[in-house]
Amino acid sequence: MQLALFIIFGALALGGALNLLFQRHPINSALSLVVVMMSLAVLYWSLGAEFLAAAQVIVYSGAIMVLFVFVIMLLNAGEEEHTTGSRAAYTVGIPGAAAIFCLLSFVFLSERNALSTSAIGGDLGNGVDNIAAVSAMLFTKQLLPFEVTSILILVAILGAVVLARKEL
Amino acid sequence: MVPTAYYLILAAMLFSIGIGAFLIKRNVITIFISIELMLNAVNLTFVAFAHMWHQVNGQIFVFFVMVVAAAEAAVGLAIIISIFRTRRTLNVDEINLMKS
Amino acid sequence: MSHLTNFEVFLLLSVLKVGVVLVITLMSVAYTVLLERKLLGRMQNRWGPSRVGPFGLLQPIVDGAKLFLKEDLMPLAVERPLFLLAPVIALACALVSVAVVPFGAVTRVRGVDIFELANVNIGLLVILGITSIGVYGITLSGWSSNNKYSLLGALRSTAQVISYELALGLSLVGVVLRAQSLNLRTIVDSQSAHGMLSWNIFGGFQFVAFFIYLMAAYAETNRAPFDMAEAETELVAGYHTEYSSMKFAMFFMAEYANMITVSCVATLLFFGGASSPFGHLIPAIGGHIMQAILPVLWFVAKVFAFLSLYIWVRATLPRFRYDQLMSFGWKFLLPLAMANIIITSFVLAIRG
Repeated sequence: MQLALFIIFGALALGGALNLLFQRHPINSALSLVVVMMSLAVLYWSLGAEFLAAAQVIVYSGAIMVLFVFVIMLLNAGEEEHTTGSRAAYTVGIPGAAAIFCLLSFVFLSERNALSTSAIGGDLGNGVDNIAAVSAMLFTKQLLPFEVTSILILVAILGAVVLARKEL
Repeated sequence: MVPTAYYLILAAMLFSIGIGAFLIKRNVITIFISIELMLNAVNLTFVAFAHMWHQVNGQIFVFFVMVVAAAEAAVGLAIIISIFRTRRTLNVDEINLMKS
Repeated sequence: MSHLTNFEVFLLLSVLKVGVVLVITLMSVAYTVLLERKLLGRMQNRWGPSRVGPFGLLQPIVDGAKLFLKEDLMPLAVERPLFLLAPVIALACALVSVAVVPFGAVTRVRGVDIFELANVNIGLLVILGITSIGVYGITLSGWSSNNKYSLLGALRSTAQVISYELALGLSLVGVVLRAQSLNLRTIVDSQSAHGMLSWNIFGGFQFVAFFIYLMAAYAETNRAPFDMAEAETELVAGYHTEYSSMKFAMFFMAEYANMITVSCVATLLFFGGASSPFGHLIPAIGGHIMQAILPVLWFVAKVFAFLSLYIWVRATLPRFRYDQLMSFGWKFLLPLAMANIIITSFVLAIRG
């Protein structure tokens, strides 16, 4: 079950990411990222992170990506054209990214014995359900960072309003 | 049963694709989208490790990453809109005012 | 059925449940349309559809046949894949959220709960998530139609739905605080102790939350008085201007399916779901089957009441202006929802 979920949604995520890379139009890239995010949400759920799976769908695909699509629609962004800068990126970027991938997967595979295996919906909080465990941690030990993020969001909202105003 | 290494390798693939897209794409919005892809790849490693160690700390970290990503998207998109207002383009090669 | 293994029984019953619920939902979508036309007609002092079948009861079927048989127009300059995808997203998202709604008391047939498709720990979040994905249907339809009216309608509608989602989510926090769970079944159970008196809206003092939820839900489903996205007088028909035949029907069905979902959620969260309003005042009558069916009837009655309220509001209130809509959402509903959360948690902290 775990393996089936991993294969299906891992392949879906990978396909979405590749589609993001190859599509020319920004809206297609944005929608492929939505596919990636939804399949990652399923993977999170299968790894026992119920709350994060829901938050991924609500926050990432439901709010952030809608905002992206909204801006693409608003600015009526067209297909991108190739310029000189992008050719340099092709020659350096793709081998670089491939090298990073090879390095990471080499490390992961060589350390494979040190890493454990995962069972579906693993029980993290010793019998407490995932949301209770996450919220207990969030509102006791991590209270200060949690409050700081609220200030961060407030600042971000103000910044966005100031930046997007007409008379700038 | 899936080895945790598989999740990490999937995350590495997504991250490398994100880097590739970040370098190749010329549209500001698409570049921004590939940053989000990289953030998501990192989140997957956090969740996989949280599962491996049976601790929720990794999930808390992902939560904070999501919050920061939301804030970043709001500000970033506002910046993109104001760039578009002044320069009438979304191509990063043409946004070169500082280069003289 | 005795020679089947437990897993096979589970699989068979699940497929059966999904099929039955899907058919019932689609039928109720069709008949909600008829209900709306009849009620609106009576409120405007006319008959409504009355020609097809007795009291016009066959009207939805004829309407469906008409939409099926119409010519499927494909405008020239559309983004073809997204144009085709948009109505599918809208309808699928509208229908999927019924999957986590418990519409009866716990009744097990060989270990399978037959009155709920899936009992998920995070049921409420699932509904919120699916609703937020539904926005893509509207957004993409407007953008891919390559029509300025569609684009304007979709932009308006997207902004509206994103804004009101905040108020909607925050209004539900009070209920979750009281039930201490996101499981819809647990939320219903937390209200079923003393009948009507323990419903969240009366006993739980969540009427402010209910008011916020109601307003936000009207806006989320793009219904009057917040139906700016399809204001005929300004935008022709908004985001589905370019759609015809079955694709238009899918948007139409999505709108009504969303209404039903929203009514189900309101029933579950504020009106005690499938529990009886009289609690234990009325002694249990009938056998097992009666006991299993009665809660479903209560649930349907409550949902029906909500749908009627929807239609009543549509017949009564004029459309908001767009800036009024935005300032109502951000300056009135959102602070009110936050105040409700603070007061509810304060009271709960003092009590507990």
